[in-house]
Amino acid sequence: MAYFPLRLRAFVVKSGTGNRQLMSANIPAELKYAKSHEWVRVSGDTATVGITDHAQHELTDVVFVELPAVGRKLKAGEACAVVESVKTASDIYSPVSGEVLVANQAIVSNPALVNTDPYGAGWFYKIKLSQPAELGNLLSSADYLKQIGG
Amino acid sequence: MIMQRTPLFAAHQRLGAKLIEFGGWEMPLHYSSIRDEHLAVRRAGGLFDISHMGEVSVRGPGALGFLNHTLTNDARKLAVGQGQYTLLCHERGGVIDDLYAYRLGEQDYLLIINASRIDADLAWLERQHASWSKFAPVELRDLSEQTGAVALQGPRVRQFIDACFPGPILGGAAVTKASELKKNEILTTPFEGTAVDIGCTGYTGEDGFEVIAPREVIEPIWNKLLAVGHAWCLQPAGLGARDTLRTEVCYPLYGHELDEQTTPIEAGLGFFVAFDKGDFVGRAVLAEQKANGTTKKCVAFKMTDKSAPPRPHYPIWGTGAEAARLGEVVSGTQSPSLNIGIGLGYVPPEFSRPGTLLEIEIRSRRAPAVIVQKPFYRKGQ
Repeated sequence: MAYFPLRLRAFVVKSGTGNRQLMSANIPAELKYAKSHEWVRVSGDTATVGITDHAQHELTDVVFVELPAVGRKLKAGEACAVVESVKTASDIYSPVSGEVLVANQAIVSNPALVNTDPYGAGWFYKIKLSQPAELGNLLSSADYLKQIGG
Repeated sequence: MIMQRTPLFAAHQRLGAKLIEFGGWEMPLHYSSIRDEHLAVRRAGGLFDISHMGEVSVRGPGALGFLNHTLTNDARKLAVGQGQYTLLCHERGGVIDDLYAYRLGEQDYLLIINASRIDADLAWLERQHASWSKFAPVELRDLSEQTGAVALQGPRVRQFIDACFPGPILGGAAVTKASELKKNEILTTPFEGTAVDIGCTGYTGEDGFEVIAPREVIEPIWNKLLAVGHAWCLQPAGLGARDTLRTEVCYPLYGHELDEQTTPIEAGLGFFVAFDKGDFVGRAVLAEQKANGTTKKCVAFKMTDKSAPPRPHYPIWGTGAEAARLGEVVSGTQSPSLNIGIGLGYVPPEFSRPGTLLEIEIRSRRAPAVIVQKPFYRKGQ
């Protein structure tokens, strides 16, 4: 399945009159980011993974999420989840290697959480890191902002 | 690839449209979101750029005969100011295009054809025309490059169309105002001095109009409609919503439900094939299918459990231990109005009854579905 090409562009917001304003993009500083628009929150030797605000904005309405099975062993860069919007299905790539500990059933029951709270309730899965050194390959929030054209 | 752009390209950019390629054209997929625009059309109004579509003028004493020879529906039924949905088929009954044919004058017809089929339709019509003109003169003109169109769809649009097109009525249906047009009627009226055509048709299942006009006035018409319609919550709407809206009412999309290897009978469009008008291209095959049946039939189905939505090309399976692969999905989406996965696909006729259980193969797993009566959604639901 083809990866939905999330258009790389500056994160802009439309005001009510239709004018576009460049505002500071929603890219929390304490997270790490993959080029393919996943974020990682590290806590000891486990990490939580989700997709960025930029990604959910490009997808618009998420209607279905397929998560990796608990216990599955993932390699960094491996397709591990699917997000479906009205129009397309997009692969999510694990930013890190390890074993899936928890899959967030909340976004399976209510896919809209991915749009409304991408860094909070919209998280995808938690993983036990097998190669913590991989975190060094991920982008900082400043680098991710540059990546999306900010 | 170099994509074509409609007169509204700059307007789409200003509105923040997400642009995609469709049939060689750079078109808006959505402005806000597909779901948002879809629901806006169902509740109030949406305005679509359909300037990429093609327009062909067919005129002369031989026009009616020519159209009845090349199209499946009966154009003799058309009074001046009326249109009909119809199909262009080749000799084996397969569909070259589905289209609207309007009668603008005594011997003056206008065909509205799909953007992706403009070249194919014209090549076919010109070939038929070359052998037809022997009988009575027919003038065939491709107006696509100089003509644009917009579709105004939704329950509130009839309330403000007259404010944008105050008249007078120059031709077509015998009405005094655009808001008096009944389904399938068309009229001609000026917009800032230029004659435009307004047809009461649409592709969404809602009330609405399509405004067909020379390229130069398309942007002023778009701006006027959005400005006047704003008070009625009119929104610009893109091709994404156009697709979800038409899927909910089971309207075919060329390249999905229809193609050159599929006949109108197989697609469930026999209503638009007039067997009693005399001979027409494809008649023999279609009559045989009507009498003896087909090997495939277009069905509508709904997912019955929470699942990913069905999408084109996903395999359709029967149920049970010895389940056979029955066919393929041709259109599918998560329905914004019904919040369930819906789709259209082809299966053998013996598996086509509403209530038949199916399984849709989605990423190598099978999800349960059931065949339902068309349409999924009725206006005002």
